[in-house]
Amino acid sequence: MEALKQLGQYTLLLYQALRSVTEFSTYRENLFSEFVKIGYQSIPIIMLVGIFTGAVLTLQTAYQLDTDLYPAYIVGSIVAQSVIIELAAVISGLVLAGKVGARISTELGTMRVSEQIDALESMGFNSVAFLVLPRIFAGILMFPVLYIIASTLGIIGGVIAGAVDGILPAAEFMKGGRAFFFPEDVVFGILKSFVFGFVITSISCFKGYFAYGGAEGVGNATTQATVLSCIYILLSDFVLAAILL
Amino acid sequence: MIEIKNLTKSFGSNLIWKDVSFRIEDGETLAVIGKSGCGKSVLLKHLNGLLYPDSGDVIIDGQCVFDLNYSELRLMRQRFGILFQGGALFDSINTFENIAFPLRYFTKKTEAEIKKEVDEALEMVNLKEAGSKATSELSGGMRKRVGLARAIILKPDYLLYDEPTSGLDPQTSDEINELIVSMADSFDLTSIVITHDMHSVLSIAEKVAFLDSQKLSWFGTIDEMKKSEHPPLVEFTTASEYKIKA
Repeated sequence: MEALKQLGQYTLLLYQALRSVTEFSTYRENLFSEFVKIGYQSIPIIMLVGIFTGAVLTLQTAYQLDTDLYPAYIVGSIVAQSVIIELAAVISGLVLAGKVGARISTELGTMRVSEQIDALESMGFNSVAFLVLPRIFAGILMFPVLYIIASTLGIIGGVIAGAVDGILPAAEFMKGGRAFFFPEDVVFGILKSFVFGFVITSISCFKGYFAYGGAEGVGNATTQATVLSCIYILLSDFVLAAILL
Repeated sequence: MIEIKNLTKSFGSNLIWKDVSFRIEDGETLAVIGKSGCGKSVLLKHLNGLLYPDSGDVIIDGQCVFDLNYSELRLMRQRFGILFQGGALFDSINTFENIAFPLRYFTKKTEAEIKKEVDEALEMVNLKEAGSKATSELSGGMRKRVGLARAIILKPDYLLYDEPTSGLDPQTSDEINELIVSMADSFDLTSIVITHDMHSVLSIAEKVAFLDSQKLSWFGTIDEMKKSEHPPLVEFTTASEYKIKA
């Protein structure tokens, strides 16, 4: 029963956000500030995630294919495709569920319990347009950018790890990467990151916007937002793979 | 004029109050009193549609608040200023910007006009030098005064106060009470003050609504309250006096 109530509240919040799209002047300023917070300020962690994912995957793939049955460049093919199709989007998504999702739910939750959202509404402000919409928009638009950075650096990390560890030269890695490169895989990765951006920001906004019960309530909202975001990233990843691959 | 008609509210199975009805004439200051947890703040949030009742109406100048669509409700809310219990200041911006916030979004005033109005509002609440302070640097009393300056900046018709003196020392409470009276006089405001501070009630209110036992237990003027022998009201109003004597 509680789950149904929450689903109803979540749907209504999204509906109100959708209806507020035309109120650009209300959310313009926050939209640009969220581009910075969600996009620009996440670049360092996404670079780290990308480089180490590619590097570790290269070492592990080379270890598992340590045989003469396959040419060495196949390591590059496996790493590049795995990074582009799956790892750059999913691992970035899970990391951003913690970084971006937790920040959003804590910010909105604190605003709710300290009556700042009530203050906005009581001034005649559309608080959903002001607080929720720019965060969701920024998530949808910035996550694909972060995905492209993560996948590019994932491949670079793989190239570096392969060369430094003496597994395969950079040229061989790239030959393997090009051999099985399909542009539609990139489109699939972008689509995934677009969905993950929506999932993380909308769930975190929902949990924060309806937080209650003081500091403990904000803590609960943040935990729930992060856990639910991770669960729905994995679920939507599976659904998208089943439908589109 | 605000008319409250047969308002009933519950959260789940927990009844807050039932069939609350009273009227506030333009220019009056009403104090809503009652024990902590009796639903005073809940009642306040019904007046501008922040909360909806199970049944009953709130009628502002002949218009039922709960019949309005969201756009109409937002317009109606602009006729209200609210001073929240903790000030509800936006902590991402400084004091000046908090007060300027409604002006920036709801008016087309120039930067110079906004500065002039915010400075005037700050002066009115005796915080002339506090404009550049972060809200985290403000004391409890200062937060309430800044909240009050923000509440009056759009020159509302109705000013709602949620526990304006709670958590403040007696001297600061007196300053806030004086401000409430001076705001009502300067702007010809209709004010509704939620409080359990009887000293505050006697300083500012013309009428009193007493919530008790999940209903409007008593309603009348300050003079009538002083003479009233309604047992729960007498018990409530004299409690603070006993505490001081004890």
